Amino acid sequence: MPKLIRIIDGQFVSADDPFTHVADDEGMPLGDVIISLTRFSAEGDALISQGRAVGVRIEPDEEVEALAYDLPKLAVVVIAFPKYRDGRGFSSAHLVRERFGFKGEIRAVGEVLREEANFLTRCGCDSFETADGSSPEQWAHAANRHRHVYQRAPDGRTPAFTERAES
Amino acid sequence: MYQYDTIDREFLADRAAEFKEQVARRLAGEITEDQFKMLRLRNGLYLQLHAYMLRVAIPYGSLNATQLRKLADIGRRYDKGYGHFTTRTNLQFHWIKLRETPAILEELATVDLHAIQTSGNCIRNVTSDPYAGATAEEIDDPRVWSEAIRQWSMLHPEFSHLPRKFKFAVTASPKDRTAARVHDIGLVVRRARDGTMGFEVIVGGGMGRTPYVGPTIKEFLPANRLFSYLDATLRVYNRHGRRDNSYKARIKILVAALGADEFRRQVEEEWEKVGTGADMPDTEIARIRAAFAPKTFDTLVNRSEAFETAKAADPAFARFARNNLKPHKRPGYTIVEISLKAIGDTPGDATSDQMDVVAELGERYGQNDIRITHEQNLVLPHVKLDDAHAVFTALAAAGLATPNINLITDIIACPGLDYCALANARAIPIAQDIAHRFADQDRAELVGELKIKISGCINACGHHHVGHIGILGVDKKGEEFYQLTLGGSGAEDAEVGKMLGPALPADRVTDAIDTIVEVYLRERADGERFLDTFRRTGAAPFKEAVYAEAH
Repeated sequence: MPKLIRIIDGQFVSADDPFTHVADDEGMPLGDVIISLTRFSAEGDALISQGRAVGVRIEPDEEVEALAYDLPKLAVVVIAFPKYRDGRGFSSAHLVRERFGFKGEIRAVGEVLREEANFLTRCGCDSFETADGSSPEQWAHAANRHRHVYQRAPDGRTPAFTERAES
Repeated sequence: MYQYDTIDREFLADRAAEFKEQVARRLAGEITEDQFKMLRLRNGLYLQLHAYMLRVAIPYGSLNATQLRKLADIGRRYDKGYGHFTTRTNLQFHWIKLRETPAILEELATVDLHAIQTSGNCIRNVTSDPYAGATAEEIDDPRVWSEAIRQWSMLHPEFSHLPRKFKFAVTASPKDRTAARVHDIGLVVRRARDGTMGFEVIVGGGMGRTPYVGPTIKEFLPANRLFSYLDATLRVYNRHGRRDNSYKARIKILVAALGADEFRRQVEEEWEKVGTGADMPDTEIARIRAAFAPKTFDTLVNRSEAFETAKAADPAFARFARNNLKPHKRPGYTIVEISLKAIGDTPGDATSDQMDVVAELGERYGQNDIRITHEQNLVLPHVKLDDAHAVFTALAAAGLATPNINLITDIIACPGLDYCALANARAIPIAQDIAHRFADQDRAELVGELKIKISGCINACGHHHVGHIGILGVDKKGEEFYQLTLGGSGAEDAEVGKMLGPALPADRVTDAIDTIVEVYLRERADGERFLDTFRRTGAAPFKEAVYAEAH
């Protein structure tokens, strides 16, 4: 089974990935699957009713608002970063986690690099298919590099202004 | 000024440590130059024509003497004994060795300085009014809001991979010294009729290939809702700004494509959903505000006998006072502008020795407060008139007393082809040549306020679009040519300059400027600046004179 890095109980760990990414033109395999938003619109309810865990992959130019009412049924929301510098996925992750209150797994896929670990985690991602072969230790080191943050974000870290107010 | 606390300091230390690791990985060959590029660009490190260039952030152009001395020291030990102040009020070192950059960043961090977000598609250094806290014009201290924006933007998780770079200007004076209307976002502090503080929000101004004066997207944003509104604006841009073409990726293109009304509607819709949860607590704004509490000023009278006596005895000082001293809000004080445009020198350059002199003067006479202007000069905002002559004398000894603020020789120029890999043409030699032509101070003063801005390419780092006279370097079959634009302004009367006619070869530019000045002197009515005359007469008389000679 392929591996990915997940945050479990606040720790970055290596975890098995039970999901199969299924492209739009592929046949549907058995088991838990991750499919596109388009395919989900057509087949999602049927797949879920079969008792499978289903994830939806959001491309940068797709609006997560389209998923708002489906989120409670989803096992994972996958945010695609075809290029690391395409930052639309950060807004998508933020909205899924914070505005729509999704409690399940939010997974970053694509050009997912260690240098983005902090931003991805802060925007609500808690699982990572890395593109640079990072170990969970390296990933954790990068994500936790900064002792302080200046903004409120979906990860719930205490921003500097709150630290100051409480000190 | 704002003092970094433990949190701010640990943040910088963590960042410096991170970059040190990244450089080590590069030097060990663990990552390629291409992979390293995105890491160094997050720390203001560019690879230029001859060497690495390090761009150090000077948040809202404000420094204390210790910080300026450190910059001087770094210039001396790691560069060639000087630095270059930019139109973003940052400082660039142009001759940096990669393996020394971690040490430089560590040293910067010891005085609360850094190079974070001085490059890349993120929120860059905020520009603010260099006279903040010193001018009677302002209705609030814009540094309070600039510092709050600095913190909010530091490694912003959602807005660090925007379609393109993003620049803020914040001012609280009717006289705009920040070029707010040609920024991605310009914030102008306003008061409502009931006295409530807020902002006029201008979005989508800019220069580059497609210059725009930004439209006002919100007439009055209550100050306590600033950060939710910024979140909404940046989110609309992050999601919908173009990413297929870097020349069309700035927010100005999105605003222009949607139209100001539709852009406003989208921001308002998003803002409603964001709600107040994204606003910065008033307690934090109050904490920041306390750091900018008004200085302790002595109670003085308006007239300083020492100042008047020195002016009468020393004509050079009288000239300096006329051009470089600006009114302070308190009686007996003045704002001292220090020109980095000595005739024949590179605009914006300062030697390490000169930085030390300014640091010393700032500490001794200026309440330890030093500012950088976007026009690439320095400011001591709080000097007693009684001390002005001593300051002048020390500046003069260091070659820093050029009395040309806002005059024709106070030229903005980008580094141009002498340093920059993007440039099509040199900018600095053009600036030097024009400055030499107008070196006669009497003539320069007769001409009065005239802002020349020179860019070595269409990216417009020299702000040529908003020069009263703009000069743009272009490449014509391998030769440097220069396109003139007239009538631009980056101030409260912002306007994009209009192209005068065909581009001129390098050796004709200064003559053309001279001709334009002569036409202005002939045409001007009483009290008119060059810009006023141009706006009244239009381009015709200028065009006729410049191109008549060309034939």
